[in-house]
Amino acid sequence: MTRPSFRTNIRPENHSKFYWMLSDSFVLAQRSIKHITRNLDQLFSVALFPIMFFLLFRYVFGGAIDTGDMSYVNFLVAGIFVQMLAFGANYTTMNLAIDLQRGIVNRFRSLPISRSALLIGHVGADLVRNMISGLIVIGVSFLVGFHPVASVTEWISIFCLAILFSLAISWISAIMGLIVKSIEAAQWTGFIVIFPLTFVSSAFVPTDTMPGPLRFFAENQPLTHVIEAIRSWLVGTPIGDSGWLAFAWCIGIIVIAMPVATWLFKRQTLR
Amino acid sequence: MSRIKDGNYNTKNFNISTDSHYSNENVVSVKGLRKSFKKLTVLDGIDFDIKKGTILALLGPNGAGKTTTIHILSTLLLPDKGIARISGFDVVKEVDKVRSLIGLTGQYAALDEYLTGRENLQMIGRLYRLSHQDIKQRTEELLELFDLVDAADRAVKTYSGGMRRRLDLAVSLIASPPIIFLDEPTSGLDPRSRLIMWDTIKQLAGSGTTILLTTQDMDEADHLASRIVVLDGGKIIAEGTSDELKQQVGSERLEITFMNTSYFEKAKEVIQVEKFHADSKMRTISFVTTGGVHQLRQVLSRLDEANIEVESISFHSPTLDDVFLILTGHSTEQSNREEREKEVFKQ
Repeated sequence: MTRPSFRTNIRPENHSKFYWMLSDSFVLAQRSIKHITRNLDQLFSVALFPIMFFLLFRYVFGGAIDTGDMSYVNFLVAGIFVQMLAFGANYTTMNLAIDLQRGIVNRFRSLPISRSALLIGHVGADLVRNMISGLIVIGVSFLVGFHPVASVTEWISIFCLAILFSLAISWISAIMGLIVKSIEAAQWTGFIVIFPLTFVSSAFVPTDTMPGPLRFFAENQPLTHVIEAIRSWLVGTPIGDSGWLAFAWCIGIIVIAMPVATWLFKRQTLR
Repeated sequence: MSRIKDGNYNTKNFNISTDSHYSNENVVSVKGLRKSFKKLTVLDGIDFDIKKGTILALLGPNGAGKTTTIHILSTLLLPDKGIARISGFDVVKEVDKVRSLIGLTGQYAALDEYLTGRENLQMIGRLYRLSHQDIKQRTEELLELFDLVDAADRAVKTYSGGMRRRLDLAVSLIASPPIIFLDEPTSGLDPRSRLIMWDTIKQLAGSGTTILLTTQDMDEADHLASRIVVLDGGKIIAEGTSDELKQQVGSERLEITFMNTSYFEKAKEVIQVEKFHADSKMRTISFVTTGGVHQLRQVLSRLDEANIEVESISFHSPTLDDVFLILTGHSTEQSNREEREKEVFKQ
């Protein structure tokens, strides 16, 4: 039996550090994106979760919730949309925790790659996953009687804010994924942090029936601003300060969470 | 009773070489390496060198410090003290240089379960910053070399343990690094996969790659390594070629099995041998024979006087198991012992 011999004359390519950071991040994002389609459970929840939630609120709770002159569907879409983006970010927590538990992080670390590439890869894949979820939400909403009044510029604003929000919450999720000690705990963080955050907001009900302190929190937390801004662009509700506040919160979170996550990752995987 | 077979008498030659550090030949050189995790000392000052194109085995039981050593050398862990150099580059200060020279295959296959074998190779190839053309060519080469062509487009989660290990090793070879670290490369593999792995590792060394491997398996170290470093409790307790280590232990070992446990217990008291190992499960006592047939006769008559019934007596040339036993006072692995021994007579 003749076998090919082992070669020993391969040299790496020469490019700038910045090029390699982008390339490494891209390669690792590609990997995580492949997971979405290869891992049927993930694909299932990414596609089905928003539809389930949508139908649940639209037809089960919707009738009992008073949204004034506006139809509940029109009220609901912005809330569900933002909730799905927030839920989707939990995959960053989970996938990062899984990577850290398994041996693959050690392999990545023994390679001459850019340190934050793995984080950027996960967050990037999250963005793709969230875009799929977001499109499904919008698609389903039209089927159940949603009538948006958004202009082209407003759709563009929604798109931009959705991306920024997705990135912001993914970076926070990355921090959680780096802090938790187990994969189970990673699943819980979604329930403990993101679940209440999405419900104590204006996502599903108008905030004015909530008791004092809860209402204050609900009206001033970032998710509400994001929801209110998107809702305003979609169906023309008054926007107040929510537009610029939503962008400010998202950018602020990214600016803080990104270096924190990178620092945590470096510290965790430090020698 | 006559002359005992298996006369593998080695000349008494305790010439365990001590190479000078940092010579050009030494691709890996480790000096005074120490590492503690909190209060637990894992490495307590170890030194060794590896010559270009050779295989060195770190042999030791769990917790001896083998994986810690590999992790320090592959830049995953910082040492508390000591110096480690890979091709002259310091593993603490010249991390990127070191990383571009090494390939690491860890104890648990570090592969992406959802990607196919080919995709795993390509991904790591790109992360090693190879050109797309090199990656393509190299991937096909390695798939063929490791007999993974048929499985190349299947997700890794469908692979058997042996296939995973092969792919894992293939992945760490994608950039054809001159130095490879293998952390227990065959643990958990079936005998056939193990032989294939051994074959591959030998070929790899034959092509000029320098290899550091860890193992708990005496057989493996014996088969593969040109030099063996025996680690126990973070210290090097012996170093040399397989033959040199065997010589340290003596030429032959005598193993006596007793009819029942009470004979066995009694024998421990009357046997009067300087250093012996008693295995209560197997009801055997074994020791290095220094006095040949004369000593055997003495021992047997002593047992006879005490009315101890012997089931069987066997001689065997020392295995690395014995080396370990003698050096550390505790055994690592009892398996396969029966296969190796040569029975002389039965009562």
